[in-house]
Amino acid sequence: MLRTFAAAAAGLFLATSANASDFTPAIIFDMGGKFDESFNQAAYNGAERFREETGIDYLEFEITNDAQREQALRRMVRKDADVVVVVGFAFATPLEAVAGEETDRKFTIIDMVVDLPNVQSVTFKEHEGSFLVGMAAALASKTGKVGFVGGMDIPLIRNFEHGYKQGVHHVNADDEVISNMAGTTSAAWTDPARGAELAISQFDRGADVVYHAAGSTGEGVLRAAADRGKLGIGVDSNQNGLHPGSVLTSMLKRVDVAVYNAMKSAMDGNWQAGAQSLGLAEDGVGYAIDENNRALITPEMEAKLEEAKASIIAGDIVVEDYYSTQQ
Amino acid sequence: MEFSYLSALLLLDSTIRLAAPLVLAALAGLFSERSGVVDIGLEGKMLGAAFAAAVIAQTTGSAWMGLGMAILVSVALAMVHGFASITHRGDQVVSGMAINIAVAGLGPTLADAWFDQAGRVQVTGAGTRFQPIELPFSTEIGRIPYVGQLYVEVISGHNLLVYVAALAVPLVAWIVYRTRFGLRLRAVGENPGAVDTAGISVTLMRYRALMATGVLCGIAGAYLSIAQNVGFTRNMTAGMGYLALAALIFGKWRPVPALLACLLFAFTDALQARLQGVDIPGIGQIPIQAIQALPYLLTILLLAGFVGQAVAPKAIGQPYVKER
Repeated sequence: MLRTFAAAAAGLFLATSANASDFTPAIIFDMGGKFDESFNQAAYNGAERFREETGIDYLEFEITNDAQREQALRRMVRKDADVVVVVGFAFATPLEAVAGEETDRKFTIIDMVVDLPNVQSVTFKEHEGSFLVGMAAALASKTGKVGFVGGMDIPLIRNFEHGYKQGVHHVNADDEVISNMAGTTSAAWTDPARGAELAISQFDRGADVVYHAAGSTGEGVLRAAADRGKLGIGVDSNQNGLHPGSVLTSMLKRVDVAVYNAMKSAMDGNWQAGAQSLGLAEDGVGYAIDENNRALITPEMEAKLEEAKASIIAGDIVVEDYYSTQQ
Repeated sequence: MEFSYLSALLLLDSTIRLAAPLVLAALAGLFSERSGVVDIGLEGKMLGAAFAAAVIAQTTGSAWMGLGMAILVSVALAMVHGFASITHRGDQVVSGMAINIAVAGLGPTLADAWFDQAGRVQVTGAGTRFQPIELPFSTEIGRIPYVGQLYVEVISGHNLLVYVAALAVPLVAWIVYRTRFGLRLRAVGENPGAVDTAGISVTLMRYRALMATGVLCGIAGAYLSIAQNVGFTRNMTAGMGYLALAALIFGKWRPVPALLACLLFAFTDALQARLQGVDIPGIGQIPIQAIQALPYLLTILLLAGFVGQAVAPKAIGQPYVKER
């Protein structure tokens, strides 16, 4: 009953925000919502940038449970959206079904590869960005122990963890990485209390820098770090400003660029299907330095990070991705 | 992880943080259920209170105002439950579920309308949260080996509402077993006819019980949004109300056993956060899925093996009708 109500309310909202213009892009956010200060918010920023620059409104939908994914996709198709951007790996299965039927409509999926002639798949080399923040964590750690809190236990998040560990060990091979996952269902993205509890358990075991890749669950991780005078590392969006002085840096994943490019290229007529993977070389991932964490990243640290970044781009350092270890 | 004395203490510390909302909610349920009103709506009342606490703490900048509003909202919801199931003799389970569903939808919807943050309310600023309290002499006592560590790590350093939860247990036990109100409360849940014959209003007794339920649920909800976390998120109770109800039944509707059941649930929850990715000698790493199923497995095992028959208050679930 609640779900139908929510869907109906969302439908009503969509109807009013639709624009009379000829080109209509659409975006569907994942669990956690567009203001999760993280992954979805990066996507939202990209869509907002498109709206500001072109003046064209977009259709949007925020998923609140897994069953809504296909429903939302079909709704966007019915609203005649020209390109539908879906944000998140979990859309792969419903997208395969819907895109397979709607063969003349454009779809862009972020964080997952769907191999269909009308689907553009944008993935990121999270392991490369995570490598750099892993280095930063190891350089900032005084105890030689650092932590990682993942959201849902899936290969994508394992890829963050894998790159992070390599970065930590690149600085100091003896450093220990304590790793936790918040859960195995999509509820693991929206549980800040559990995030805080996991972070505290890692601090108790000696970690003093914790990196999260856990959507809004990570808000709890960063808050626990700030409360206890430890350091957190943000993810996806720049989260340095959430707790100024307590967030060492943020692993940026330029989902905003991907969303913006998908919408813009579809409007300009040069949208292309196929898979693309954005890494350090393409500026698809990176780390954030701003006034909130300037004091935490010393010039020596920054020099080392920049050096490693150049080496990765040049191919002198190869960061292994998690998927290749699983074959 | 080395299984040292300190790590055991930190595990206990985490257990207490996780148990506090369960204990408050279970005690809340105790009042209602002992008076003969099934309260499956603990979840909804907690969620409503968490929402109210976050909204008011954020807008007024005062955690105390937030707590007050949380209690008001929770009591109001309890009164709705009472109006439907006591005054109008509606089905108590249906009425409770209705509250859960209504609040689950209403909270995020109002949050959207007021704060435009996708169903969330963030609480920021000084004084909007119940901060951890260092109990007196913690540095002095901390120097004593063992006992000192216990005092510093486990007993001191929680927020005010945790201590409220701890004090609520003996207080509720005293009220239920040692006061006139408690005697009548128990009687009205066992044999409302006899209470009525003695000239005491069954309806009024049950309403008063629900009011106590509302107050305790309100504190539990405020704990979630302005003490343990900073803000309200969609479905942040995450089944805690049902877990508290299970703990209450597990504890045979008595305060101290219910407390122990809550501590057990919280302990397994705290343990699973620490067992992840740890090499257990001779076993190796346990898969995360298995660890996360642990609290539920343990509950089933204990329910099946050790607890024995739980006998509910006799008149529970039955609306009281004066004339038959």
